[in-house]
Amino acid sequence: MRSKLWKLVLGAAAAAALSTGATAEEPKYGGVLNLVVASEAPSFDGHIETTFGTIHPIAPFYSLLVRVNPDNPGDPTDIQCDLCETFETSADGLTWTFKIKSGVTFHDGTPLTSADILATYNKIINPPEGIRSARKDFYLMVDSVTAPDDSTVVFQLKYPSGAFLPALADPFNFIYSKKDLDEHGYEWHQKNVNGTGPFIFVSADPGASVEGKKNPNYHHKGKPYLDGFKAIIATDMSARVQAIEGGRADIEFRGFPPKQRDELVAALGDKITVQESDWNCVLIVTPNHDRAPMNDVRVRRALSLAIDRWGGSQYLSNIAIVKTVGGIVFPNHPLAATEEELVQIAGYGKDLEANRAEARRLLKEAGHENVKIIFNNRGVDQPYKVVGTWLVDQWKQVGIEAEQQVNPSPVFYDILRKTREFDVSIDFNCQSLVNPIADVSFFLPGGGSQFSGVQDPEITRIYDELSKAGTAEQQRSLMRQLEKRILDETASQFITLWWYKINPHRSYVKGWKIPPSHYLAQQLDHIWLDKDS
Amino acid sequence: MWQYIIKRLFLMIPTVIGAAVIIFILPRLMPGDICELRYAESSNYSLEQVNLCRQTLGLNDPVLVQFGEFLWGIVTFNFGDSMWTGRPIIHEIGLRFELSLQVAIMATIVSVAIAIPLGTLSAVYQNTWIDYIVRGVSIAGIAMPSFWLGILIILALLTVSEAMTGTRWSPPIEYVPIWEDPLYNLSMLIWPALATGYRYSAVSTRMTRSSLLEVLREDYVRTARAKGLMEKLIINRHALKNALLPVITIIGMEFAFLMGGLVVTEQVFNLNGLGRLLVQAVTQKDYTMTQAIVMIIVLVFVFCNIVVDILYAWLDPRIRYS
Repeated sequence: MRSKLWKLVLGAAAAAALSTGATAEEPKYGGVLNLVVASEAPSFDGHIETTFGTIHPIAPFYSLLVRVNPDNPGDPTDIQCDLCETFETSADGLTWTFKIKSGVTFHDGTPLTSADILATYNKIINPPEGIRSARKDFYLMVDSVTAPDDSTVVFQLKYPSGAFLPALADPFNFIYSKKDLDEHGYEWHQKNVNGTGPFIFVSADPGASVEGKKNPNYHHKGKPYLDGFKAIIATDMSARVQAIEGGRADIEFRGFPPKQRDELVAALGDKITVQESDWNCVLIVTPNHDRAPMNDVRVRRALSLAIDRWGGSQYLSNIAIVKTVGGIVFPNHPLAATEEELVQIAGYGKDLEANRAEARRLLKEAGHENVKIIFNNRGVDQPYKVVGTWLVDQWKQVGIEAEQQVNPSPVFYDILRKTREFDVSIDFNCQSLVNPIADVSFFLPGGGSQFSGVQDPEITRIYDELSKAGTAEQQRSLMRQLEKRILDETASQFITLWWYKINPHRSYVKGWKIPPSHYLAQQLDHIWLDKDS
Repeated sequence: MWQYIIKRLFLMIPTVIGAAVIIFILPRLMPGDICELRYAESSNYSLEQVNLCRQTLGLNDPVLVQFGEFLWGIVTFNFGDSMWTGRPIIHEIGLRFELSLQVAIMATIVSVAIAIPLGTLSAVYQNTWIDYIVRGVSIAGIAMPSFWLGILIILALLTVSEAMTGTRWSPPIEYVPIWEDPLYNLSMLIWPALATGYRYSAVSTRMTRSSLLEVLREDYVRTARAKGLMEKLIINRHALKNALLPVITIIGMEFAFLMGGLVVTEQVFNLNGLGRLLVQAVTQKDYTMTQAIVMIIVLVFVFCNIVVDILYAWLDPRIRYS
């Protein structure tokens, strides 16, 4: 029996799930999918990496314990078994039991047992001294992991948490063979591949491509449909666009800006299909609370009030990969603010002139009319520089003169995280699974990803209550309190516009449905090619 | 001659050491490091993981120890592993060197094939319509960045192929060695070679022209003409050989540049070459890889310089004996 908590969240999202059900088309077998990837995998080990450069070419070789339904990736609550047969949780939500599929083998022929799952999650959650694990903090609620028999894995939690199952379904949680970990050590997977996924590793040509062939013994019967795939590294966007246009590649999974979409559509007509979705990434304006004038809440509120989010959504989305107006939770999620709720927050009201008049009043009251600020931005065109330039203009409308310093990534991060020589900086929150309760921990004072210097015990208190809330109604109510506290009362940080994912691909690529993240649904077992249509 | 070559080889050593010091210091002056960057995109940034990464990569070691390891790497030609991918640097560079070398050779062939005849024609027919056209073409080549010409070439290929076959065709984006599939290889590399070769030829054409004009005004050419030698013979046998001295310098330097400097052109044509690897290494703050590639490029430059000097000495005996 699944937990009551999980059922509530599932129920709230049922409509969305139904609207994106499985396609009626009959899948066809055969063909090789050529995909272009903008970045090279630093290593093949998903447990230590954080980039789509690893996910796109390597995820097809592996399975997960549970995963987001690839036929319905738009629904963040539709998590299903991958290597498990079933899973259930105790009534108190503290014990999660997973029954593992039988007859599954790794690509080297080793049979999969619960010991492999246990060894994998021990590596992720409790890595040995000196071994990195990029997401071990996702599992702070886990007390222990055990494998009582060959086909059962049990996670014992310290407290029930709505963030646990989505954390398990993280696409980087590749399941490794215990034998490999025991025999070759914990760093072997950085350069070697042995999974249970739909494709078997063939070759990796550094800086060029990664190739996989169909796994005939894949545990999802009848899949994969493709004979293989090739992930071709193409760091330049124009090269990726031209590769799709010239038939050298079929798809790019991260996404293109609107201009490139329009170019492809103009060139290829009905030979190109465009899928679009809200993207679980957002640029966040981060004031430096340790420096004047940003230590004054009135100035911070004025910064947010000056921004025309609704207008920006309409016009900026024509040139940049941002679109949707939202609060701290991914838009359209059951826990996200509705439009009626949003307009109650400072900077979200639809009367722009009233917002800006209030901003000017606050600046005057604080003695910071015509204030000059240093604005740290990242030297990445989409969407950082576009959004940054837009913000500078927005702030100018209320008399704030922002000197935008566009820095290369290493310098940008150094300023944001180490020297903190900025008044305002762009920061970002980009997640794989939509897991609002975990995602909003980004805003917590003292958190690992928090560089505003905010000190507000109330934010922490509300979040603590939220993370332990038993019902969806309670979660929703607490989320609104938290949102109001962060974006309005303290204006500790504020949201610009949520990213918008645009994936043009060759129309003969079938079965792939756009997820709200470029990390999700990348095992490719549900994709097929229909070049005859 | 041998004494000259040995002297030139010894002069390499201070050049290489100087370059090593600069390339070791410069990347480290820029804020941030590879570990910071590697975990930058993490949805849960952890200082603990960043520090662990620094420890693993030896970034916490004293700077002198790191420099000593780098120098020893140059001496033994073993630059260690890439900090970003963990793979041996020599292997990573070797994979790209082949492609970059082929593009450099092809571009040089294109350039020489265009520059010498056009430059000669332009000089011989000075101030005629031929000269004006050649000068116009070469100025356009200098003014036009090769990557931009590359983009135009790709767009033209897409458009022309659609007009001719109904399907859009673009050059392959994956490298295959020439001995495995010559047609595929050439269909990928001919375009960047043309784009860079044209720009490269523009400089050489102008140099050939001005150098030949200077030589054609020399006394010995006048003497040859006075003796009644055929104009064709005077140009080919007496003037051109001497006029090529500065052209060879240009060709040598451009060839060395092509080995690591085709950064944007490689991006446009998706070539997995040394230039792209260098840019990636710099942006990823992969110190070991950056140092190794720059040192390889320095060595290529030094080697090309020596070859040019030797050719100079061979073409002009006065240099060898001075």
